[in-house]
Amino acid sequence: MSTHGLKTLPAYVTGLILSLLLTLAAFGLIAAHLYKPEYIQNMSVAAIYITIAVLALIQLIVQVACFLRLNASAEGKWELMPFIFTLLIVAILVSGSLWIMYNLNYNMMH
Amino acid sequence: MSTHEHHDHHQQETDSRLVFGFWLYIMSDCLIFASLFAAFAVLHNATFDGFSVKQFTDLPYVLTETLFLLASSFTYGMAILSLYKNNRNKVITWLIITFLLGLCFVALEVNEFTHLIGEGHGPDSSAAMSSFFTLVGTHGFHVSMGLFWMLVMIIQLFVFNTSDAVKRRLTYLGLFWAFLDIVWIFVFSIVYLMGAI
Amino acid sequence: MFEKLLFGNLNYEAFPFLYNPIITGATIFTILVGLIILGVVTYNKLWVYIWKEWITTIDHKKIGVMYMILAFIMLFRGFCDAALMRSQQAIAVGHSAGYLPPEHYDQIFTAHGVIMIFFMAMPFMFGLFNLAVPLQIGARDVAYPYLNSLSFWLTAVGAGLVMISLYVGEFAKTGWLAYPPLSGIVYSPGVGVDYYIWAVQISGVGSLLSGINFLVTIFKMRAPGMTLFKMPVFIWTVLCSCVLIILAFPVLTATLALLFLDRFFGMHFFTMAFGGNAMMYINLIWIWGHPEVYILVLPAFGVFSEVVANFCRKALFGYHTMVWATLSITVLSFVVWLHHFFTMGAGANVNAFFGIATMIIAIPTGVKVFNWIFTMHHGRVHFATPMLWTMGFITTFAIGGMTGVLMSIPPVDFQVHNSLFLVAHFHNVIIGGVVFGYFAGFIYWFPKIFGYKLDEKLGKFAFWFWLVGFYVAFMPLYVVGLMGMTRRLNHYGEATGWHPYLVVAAGGAVLIGIGIFFQFLQFYVSYKNRVKNREQTGDAWEGGRTLEWSIPSPAPFYNFAVIPSVDTLYPFWQQKQKIAAGEKPVAPHYQDIHMPKNTATGFWIAMFGGCVCFGLIWHIYWLIAVGLIGVFAATIMRTFDTKIDYYVKADEVTRTENSYLKGAV
Repeated sequence: MSTHGLKTLPAYVTGLILSLLLTLAAFGLIAAHLYKPEYIQNMSVAAIYITIAVLALIQLIVQVACFLRLNASAEGKWELMPFIFTLLIVAILVSGSLWIMYNLNYNMMH
Repeated sequence: MSTHEHHDHHQQETDSRLVFGFWLYIMSDCLIFASLFAAFAVLHNATFDGFSVKQFTDLPYVLTETLFLLASSFTYGMAILSLYKNNRNKVITWLIITFLLGLCFVALEVNEFTHLIGEGHGPDSSAAMSSFFTLVGTHGFHVSMGLFWMLVMIIQLFVFNTSDAVKRRLTYLGLFWAFLDIVWIFVFSIVYLMGAI
Repeated sequence: MFEKLLFGNLNYEAFPFLYNPIITGATIFTILVGLIILGVVTYNKLWVYIWKEWITTIDHKKIGVMYMILAFIMLFRGFCDAALMRSQQAIAVGHSAGYLPPEHYDQIFTAHGVIMIFFMAMPFMFGLFNLAVPLQIGARDVAYPYLNSLSFWLTAVGAGLVMISLYVGEFAKTGWLAYPPLSGIVYSPGVGVDYYIWAVQISGVGSLLSGINFLVTIFKMRAPGMTLFKMPVFIWTVLCSCVLIILAFPVLTATLALLFLDRFFGMHFFTMAFGGNAMMYINLIWIWGHPEVYILVLPAFGVFSEVVANFCRKALFGYHTMVWATLSITVLSFVVWLHHFFTMGAGANVNAFFGIATMIIAIPTGVKVFNWIFTMHHGRVHFATPMLWTMGFITTFAIGGMTGVLMSIPPVDFQVHNSLFLVAHFHNVIIGGVVFGYFAGFIYWFPKIFGYKLDEKLGKFAFWFWLVGFYVAFMPLYVVGLMGMTRRLNHYGEATGWHPYLVVAAGGAVLIGIGIFFQFLQFYVSYKNRVKNREQTGDAWEGGRTLEWSIPSPAPFYNFAVIPSVDTLYPFWQQKQKIAAGEKPVAPHYQDIHMPKNTATGFWIAMFGGCVCFGLIWHIYWLIAVGLIGVFAATIMRTFDTKIDYYVKADEVTRTENSYLKGAV
């Protein structure tokens, strides 16, 4: 069962706590923006979007490391490589689609 | 090398091979979600009647859903740790707790969906709602399948105890469950949090 | 009301053979052929044999053979569609309307594309994977033998749905990618598009599972010592093709699922109202569609690399460049999809990016072509049929590749988009690349599976008719394309001047038809003379370098009596050199072999899956429920079965191996 690195209790607890913190941070940011904008006066909407995205990406890494136990060891790299390549293709698919569709829609209107 | 050792070595090799295949399946599932996210990103503003995620998002409600799912990921991990110790009853207990947490998540989601449909904002009301229901619903469908699978595994634990095959299948399910939690991070962040702005 | 419950939307109109004479003829023909086959099987008491040895088999070689049979049947069907289209266009000029009404003609060109890509090329490709991959890497089977059988049966059910649409209901009239809004429920209210969606979906699941299966096989089951850079080039190309399958097919599944949601639940992803965006469908489907081209052609490149080395009696030129070219094509194939819709109007920046990316992909492909040519250079070329197909490929594919680079330039594409120039181009690369490659591979590995060679003389006839037929059929299409003829025309005016070219093209189709006839004749004659053509050395073409030629022909069911250990790129070549130098081979020491047992689960899951699809097509809800329950029950029952493997005793292995040595098999 060692394919994804041995699961350990400390890893799970770390993962749980970090995920909780990250989730609550993202939630708090939006709640502040909606209900208490004076707390985050200096943040533009674009900055909020970016922060939320960054928090989500950090949580992705936390959960992959703590729950899935992906690692770069000799054995683990066989799972890590397909994972990284998949992320690359996902990025190409989503950003490419957005770029293309934005331009298509723009040219439809102008 | 004794026969027993040989068997163990063989078993480990087979396991790593089989789990690798399931890992590849999860990679392919990532692409399904990527396509749905792309569709949502493109269509979420295509609100025919001006009704969008912003109008109905109840952030504390969604946060509750998120916490249920996150907790279930943790309790599943506890089940895996008990599995390492071959403690069947503990594994079953943790699985049942995980199952209940997952069930709460699905129930909350179903409740949200029925509300929206009841108010006339179903998936057929606009492209934005179609993409919302499909993305979130596909995730919910995966979770439901995972719950069903968990029930089958609880039965198998009763029948086969913690056999090699059961261990392997629980490893698969663990990957699947953690993957669904990861997908939910993005549903939560992109659909609900960003949508609420 | 009760009728609706029982039959869904099925009614009298759904059975065109009751009132359409052409389809009545086709139906009677099919029923007759079916009855003859059933009769022969029953008369020879073959049912038990077929069930035990074929339907429930999980031996990769037998599954490979079944894939081949499926591919050839569907090739025949797809060719019939092509012949109908060519003859329609040859006569439907000016005052003549031809013999095919538009609604029938539209179904034919859709079916032709769908069948040739999904149910001819894909099964053919998986057939080759099954025949060659485990043998080339020194494995006894694939990683998931039972999943392998499931994949095959899912593909077969998909093909079956397309065939059923001929007799029950209709097929899509939308073109092979079913662009909305035409394929939406408003403009295609019939069941045609539903048949299309579910045939492709169910076979797509099969393809995805096969992709996973072979990637794991290659990564985890290679013979000891075979590092990645000691793998044959064919294995490399299969590996890359599988990576593409795993990452591209889910996108197709998702896209068609969205189209289904639009049609079935009235959603609005791609509709013209309520904010739907049909351009998104075209964007998404080509994210799958372009990698699909490379999924098909990369294994063909692998076959050519094996064939060239074998028949030139020379190691492949530039092994490492070949591998790196394959890998770079794999990555690049994901960043060119927009070149299929330059004209949709994404603007100059976007078009320029994807145009340049497309041109770049020609570079690694060019590297490969030069590698094959340099392998032939100073080689001792043996002109057997696989080599002929390879040489036919090199010339034909170069032409097709160049027209492709032409069209990668957006302004040029604006001129020839959707014209017969495009049709000629992709037939040029798909027939010249994929089909020729698969034929070469099929003939090349045939003796390893069956123990006798295919008839060379008939094979050469088939090759020349195919090659000449291809040029006669498709070169005129380049011309009419440049003259402005768009694709999928049912009828055109006299003054266009296209008519003579289309008559020539129809003649080309006849030549290809003769080529196909010779192929079927070749199978029959070779089977009849199988004793005379027996191949006993194991190294059927004498230039074998890789592991598959080191075992006897036909390969025993466990493949390798002793798993070989490898320390070079060309293990069998090295072994032959050593023996030629007088080294004595080590007497093998046989051990028990662990093998999986046959199972019918894959077959049943696929059949119940077919019920679900048929129910969804016709809105027969009880059938959907029955199918779903069946799929789940069969899957779960399998997981409760613990007696799924057995051991072949060392004595039996010894007996089998000795009988090969005596030539008794």
